[in-house]
Amino acid sequence: MSLFAAQLVEEAPTFSIEDFLEAERVKDLLRFTTAGSVDDGKSTLIGRLLYDSRNVYEDHVRSVTRSHGTAAAAIDFAQLTDGLRAEREQGITIDVAYRYFSTARRKFIIADTPGHEQYTRNMATGASTADLAIILIDARKGVLTQTRRHAYIASLLGIPHVIAAINKMDLVNYSEEVFFQLSRDFADLASRVSLRSFNAVPISALEGDNVVHAGHKMPWYIGPALLEYLESVPVERATIDLAFRLPVQRVVRPDQNFRGFAGQITAGTIRRGDPVVILPSGHTSRIQSIVTFDGELESAAAPLSVTVTLEDERDVSRGDLIAAKDAPPAVANHFEASIVWLSSQPLATGLRYLLKHTSQTVPARVRFIRHKINIETLDPQAADTLDLNAIGVVEVETDRPLLTDLYTQSRATGSFILIDPSSNATVGAGMIRYILTTTVANSAEGSPRIVLGKSELLVPVEQYLLDLGHAVVRTRVQNQNIWRALHHSGVIVLVETSDATLQRVGDDFTPSPLIADSTEAVIAALHLESSPPAEHL
Amino acid sequence: MASTALSQIAATNIAPKTPPPLSHLKLLEAESIHIFREVAAEFEKPVMLYSIGKDSSVMLRLAQKAFYPGPIPFPLLHVDTGYKFREMLEFRDAYTRELGLNLLVWRNEAALADGANPVKLGTQRCCGLLKTTALLDALRYYGFDAAFGGARRDEEKSRAKERIFSFRDHAGQWDPKAQRPELWNLYNGRTGPGESIRVFPLSNWTELDIWHYIHLESIPIVPLYFAKERRMLVRGESLIPIEQSFVEALPGDERWVRCRLRSLGCSPCTGAIRSEADTLPKIIAELVSFRSSERANRIIDHDQDGSMEIKKREGYF
Repeated sequence: MSLFAAQLVEEAPTFSIEDFLEAERVKDLLRFTTAGSVDDGKSTLIGRLLYDSRNVYEDHVRSVTRSHGTAAAAIDFAQLTDGLRAEREQGITIDVAYRYFSTARRKFIIADTPGHEQYTRNMATGASTADLAIILIDARKGVLTQTRRHAYIASLLGIPHVIAAINKMDLVNYSEEVFFQLSRDFADLASRVSLRSFNAVPISALEGDNVVHAGHKMPWYIGPALLEYLESVPVERATIDLAFRLPVQRVVRPDQNFRGFAGQITAGTIRRGDPVVILPSGHTSRIQSIVTFDGELESAAAPLSVTVTLEDERDVSRGDLIAAKDAPPAVANHFEASIVWLSSQPLATGLRYLLKHTSQTVPARVRFIRHKINIETLDPQAADTLDLNAIGVVEVETDRPLLTDLYTQSRATGSFILIDPSSNATVGAGMIRYILTTTVANSAEGSPRIVLGKSELLVPVEQYLLDLGHAVVRTRVQNQNIWRALHHSGVIVLVETSDATLQRVGDDFTPSPLIADSTEAVIAALHLESSPPAEHL
Repeated sequence: MASTALSQIAATNIAPKTPPPLSHLKLLEAESIHIFREVAAEFEKPVMLYSIGKDSSVMLRLAQKAFYPGPIPFPLLHVDTGYKFREMLEFRDAYTRELGLNLLVWRNEAALADGANPVKLGTQRCCGLLKTTALLDALRYYGFDAAFGGARRDEEKSRAKERIFSFRDHAGQWDPKAQRPELWNLYNGRTGPGESIRVFPLSNWTELDIWHYIHLESIPIVPLYFAKERRMLVRGESLIPIEQSFVEALPGDERWVRCRLRSLGCSPCTGAIRSEADTLPKIIAELVSFRSSERANRIIDHDQDGSMEIKKREGYF
C-alpha cells in the first residue's frame, strides 16, 4: 500500500518507473510500535499518518467518511485502522494490528498496540520487534501511570528509540509552555527507566499538526515533524557488529555429498574460512561455503537467512548454534530473566514449562520469583506468582542448556517464550538478564568427548573431570544413539565396557584406541585441561 | 593529532566495518525463509496452499530459497472451485511440473454436481461450499497439521491482526480473541490432536513488495495479470470475465476490452480493470497511481461489513 508516488505520477509527467524501482529497491525498513491509552488518539494518529502521507486507498477513506447532517463530510481517522468487529463495537483497539506504509525514503511497519493495562502483553508483543516506539501523551493530562508503563515496557523490550508524541496540542492552545513542561517530565521518566534514546514532538493528530506536515500553529517548535523523525532516525542493525551467531533451524542434506546447516544469522558477519565453534558440543571447524539459492556468498551478515557448510564433518542438528570461535555465547542452564506473563493462568514456580529459545525447545522450570514490578510505581515488590500482564524477574532452570547471550546484547539469542505443555498456550515472554550457571567448556577440539573402557579406568577420569567442574555421565548403555544424545546435551560421556584399554569415539562415532598412560594424559588428549568458563555475568 | 585522524579515516576506508543496510525486500525475504524452515522442522505434515496467484508464486520462490539445495519438503494443495480461469489451471500444471513439485488438487465435487455457482447461491454460500468447506475437507482428508497461506496483513482490515502462526481449532476455525501472543520470531507451533496452524510467511509484505519482488526475481506469473484484449461483461464500472455460461446470461454488455486482472480468484467473481499495463514495470507504475485497494475488485468482500472476518472465523484463509 504505497501511494506516495501517486503524486509524482500525477504532478510530474517525467515520472520514470525505472528511477522509482531503483529507489524502491534500496529502501530500508523501520518497524515501530505505538502505545497510548484509549483516549490518547492513537488510532487517529496512525490514520492521519497514513492519510497525509497518501498511503490510504480511496475506497477505505470512503468507507469511514461520515457526513453529519449538512456539515462537511468528516473522515473518521481512527476508523481507518481499527480492524476487528469486537473493537468496532466497543470502540477500542484490543489486539496488535500491523500496518504498512512507505515514503520516498523508507518502508514502515507499524505494530499498533492497545494501551490499557490489561493489554500489557499486546504492547510487549508489538515492542518485541520494534526499532522505535511512539508513546502518546495527552497534552491536557501529562505523564500518567500508563505513560510510565509504556516507557518501562519500551525499555524492558529494548526498543532503541522512543518518541513522546505530545498529542492534542490543539486543546491546550498549542502552548509552548505545556509542551516544554511535558518534555521535561518525559525526560525524567526516560532517565528513570533507562531509555537509550528519546525525543518529544508536539502534535495534533486530529488537525494534522507536526504529524506529516509542520503546519503553522506551533512556530515556536523548530524540530522535525513526526514523520521526518521516522524517516531519518538511524535503523540500528547493531547486531551486525556483534560476534557471529547462527542458530541451526534445519540440516539440509539433499544427497550424500552435501550437508548444510540452515538458519537465520542473528548477529554478526561470517566469511568463508572463518573459524567457528558448534554449540553445545564445542567442536570447532571453519566455514567452507555460504550457500543460497542465488549463488554462493563470500560473506553474509545478520539478519540474512543462509545455509552454511563446514570444512570438517561435524555432528550438528536443529537447536545447535554455530558461533564465532573466539566469542561464543554462554552455554547455560540456569539464568535470571525478566518475564512478561501472558496468560490468565498465573505463573507457577516449579511447574514444568516448555521454553523456546532460538530454534530449540527445552523443558524448563521457574525456580524462584525474585520480585515483580509494581506497574504503577515501577518499584520491585515481593511476589510468589505472576498474573496476566504482570512483569517480574525470575530464576529459570532448563533441562538442557541454552546457547545464549544477554538480551541487552542481542534480542534474538537473549529472548525466549514459555509454553504451557498442557494447553500449548504461549504463557510467558522472557528476556535473559544474567547467566547464573554455565554447563560445559566451549573449548573442546576435534572429536566428541566420549570415552570407552573398563570402569576401573574410567572412575579416576570421572573424578578428575568432576573436580574440574565438568558435567560427566558414566553409563553402561552400549548404544551409539544414546551416547550421541547425551553428548549432544553437553555432558562428557564415559561408557563402561570390558576393554582393558581406553578408547575414544571419533566424529563418525566409531571407537579408536586412546593412547594415554595416566589420567592427566587422558584429560589432555580430550582437550579438557582447561576448567569450564567462569560464571558469565 | 592530524595523523591519527587521517589514519582513522584510512582505516575506515580500507575495512568498512558495517555493510550497507539491507533493503526491505531482503529483510522480508530473510524473515519468510526463517518461517518456512521453522514450520518444516516443527511439523509432521505441512502443506502449502497454492492458489496460483502472484502471492503463491512469491511463496513458492521463497520456499525454493528456504530449502535450497534440497527440494521443497512438502506438497502443494490447490483448492479448485471449478470456476478458476482456464489460464490459471494451465499455468498451475505447467509451472508445478517444471519445478517438479508434488501438487494435490481438491474440489468439492458433491457441491459442483449439485450445480453450486455464485449466481445461484450468492457469493457467500458459494464461497462457503467451494472454498471453505473444500479446504477444510482436504486438510482433514490428508491430515495436514500446518498449512502455508499467501495472505498478507495489508490486504484487508481483519488480516492486519492475523498472526504469522495462526492457530485453528479442530473445526479449522479462527478465534480472533484467543490468538497466541507472538513475540520476536519465536513461533509457537504446538498443536493438539485435530488442531492445526495456518502459517502466513508473507504477512509483512505489501502488494507493492510482491510486485517488486516478482520483477527483481523474474518470477513467472499467470498471463491474466498482463493487459490484453479480453471478452468481458461490462456492467457499470465492473468488468466481469466471461468464462462461464451463466455469466453470459447476466445483465450487461458483452465487449472486448483491453484489461487485466489485479488479483486472481474465481472468474465470475473477480472483476478485471481497464489497463494498458502489459509489463511488470507498467503494472507497478499503475499500482502506485491507484486510488483503490486490491480487494475492491473482489466482489466477495462487498457482501457485508466485516465479511472477510466472518469468513476467516469459519475457516477461510
